[in-house]
Amino acid sequence: MSWGASDLTVRFGAHLALAGVSLEALEGRVTGVVGGDGAGKTTLLRCLVGAIRPDGGEVRRPDPHRIGYLSSSSGTYPDLTVEENLDFAATTYGVPPEEARRRMAEHLERTGLAQARDRLAGDLSGGMRQKLGVIRAMVHRPDLLVLDEPTTGVDPVSRADLWWLVARAAAEGAAVVLATAYLDEAERASWLLALDEGRILAEGTPEQIASGVPGTIHSASARPGGPAAARSWRRGARWRVWTPPGAQSVATDGAEVVPDLHDAVTIAALARELGGASTGGEAA
Amino acid sequence: MTALAEALTVTRRFGHLLAVDQVDLQVDDGEVVGLLGANGAGKTTLIRLLLGLLPTTDGHVRLFGLPPSRETRRRLGYVSQGLGLYEDLTPRENLAFAHAAFGGDREVLPAGLRPLADVPVGRLPLGVQRRVAFAQALAHRPDLLVLDEPTSGVDPLARARLWETIREAADAGAGVLVTTHHMDEAEECDRLVVMADGRVVAAGSVADIVGDARVVVVRTDAWQQAFGSLEAAGLHAALVGRTLRVPGTRAGDVRRALGEIPARLEEAGATLEERFLELTSGWSGSGEAA
Repeated sequence: MSWGASDLTVRFGAHLALAGVSLEALEGRVTGVVGGDGAGKTTLLRCLVGAIRPDGGEVRRPDPHRIGYLSSSSGTYPDLTVEENLDFAATTYGVPPEEARRRMAEHLERTGLAQARDRLAGDLSGGMRQKLGVIRAMVHRPDLLVLDEPTTGVDPVSRADLWWLVARAAAEGAAVVLATAYLDEAERASWLLALDEGRILAEGTPEQIASGVPGTIHSASARPGGPAAARSWRRGARWRVWTPPGAQSVATDGAEVVPDLHDAVTIAALARELGGASTGGEAA
Repeated sequence: MTALAEALTVTRRFGHLLAVDQVDLQVDDGEVVGLLGANGAGKTTLIRLLLGLLPTTDGHVRLFGLPPSRETRRRLGYVSQGLGLYEDLTPRENLAFAHAAFGGDREVLPAGLRPLADVPVGRLPLGVQRRVAFAQALAHRPDLLVLDEPTSGVDPLARARLWETIREAADAGAGVLVTTHHMDEAEECDRLVVMADGRVVAAGSVADIVGDARVVVVRTDAWQQAFGSLEAAGLHAALVGRTLRVPGTRAGDVRRALGEIPARLEEAGATLEERFLELTSGWSGSGEAA
């Protein structure tokens, strides 16, 4: 099945939080939504699960009891133990006790939470609490699993456990939609939507986004002068210089670079910034 | 090169807990050193020891060749995870406050921040707050810059801009020590130090650390089924797009675990993150995950 949203517009007062954003969530696929603070990721995910009614556009989602959702603030009760949190969720969704116990045991074991089953969720470390939140959100094998920045502030070891859960849910057939601020993580999604100020900056598979960069990129040991200065950015100890199609190319002391996802998303943001400046712009 | 910060076989205990265990670390002028480790690996304790906020149990810390003191503190710039800004003061007021404490330039707000100079920090977007915290930490031209997860939560372009600032400081001769949980950020550093259980378990360039670690890449239309079969065989696969990457094993073992499932297998070099997990947690295909 395919869930998703078409042409969503959301306003909070005068602020345009989403402007014409569409997303398709296919079963068995991990769809990544990437963007910085304030890009519109949370608003998009909230529309998807039905927590916000958009001002325009359409959302296709399964029945509420077939959705699993981890919000960016918290998905657990701090004053219940790990096991009580999961029992409560399983009961709420009507999961047969036998199946609930089996899934719970497997997921807790696999993500290193088995020893913590009697601890209060409020006493867990950030990474453990996020793992519990995801296990809780997928306790009923939802058709649509929506995770709002499950790995923010989480260390790489817990992040690997969280991604195991994500893979597990997709392997069971869930359409997973996951928001993140990090491109190295977004790269693991099979479809990606990059958001900036409520608009789509780029979308496709990570490979498609990387290979769809217009113009050329060169490496350089220093920032170039002139108009190219605004089209260059730091990458490690060196600079990258982007030349859009039709622009005067700049001689650099480095080779042409095959763009990766980072370059592509950086360029999409630069293009918007530069385009906005030259047209007088409709900056938010 | 001059050693700006040195930990010389430093150990720190908290009661029975050995938080930092005989760690050697050096940050020279002009270089960016990344400090990686899971939570509880000892990164934050090490930073506090280096900043002189905690005494060592054993070993020595040297800042600019001296024991940490009020004088060495003046030559440090520090951006904590919490940023350390006053949320009810504006960027201009925060910087004036820092100026009174540390000296340095009076008007150091980058041009891009000037339009927001009089908005209380608490009302600014996170990316802007981070730039203010950077400007504040850099205002007194510190010789050593310590950054705890400097770009958490900001978009790629904003991150590139923050790294421009970090690199400019290093180009001007400052030494920079950065902690991060993100490997793309780690790859921006000149040199990395990986900690686990209070010890340094690897150090060097990305290539040094990854070494010849390899993973088995599984490509199949039936990835869901393959994921289940690998799990059943105790091989923990990571999903990347529609391919599975299995660390710590050989193609032959993966083939056996897949049974009849048609799949193309190839061995590939591990990523920094995969190698990091192997080094720090035993999170690998061998089924010995904690």
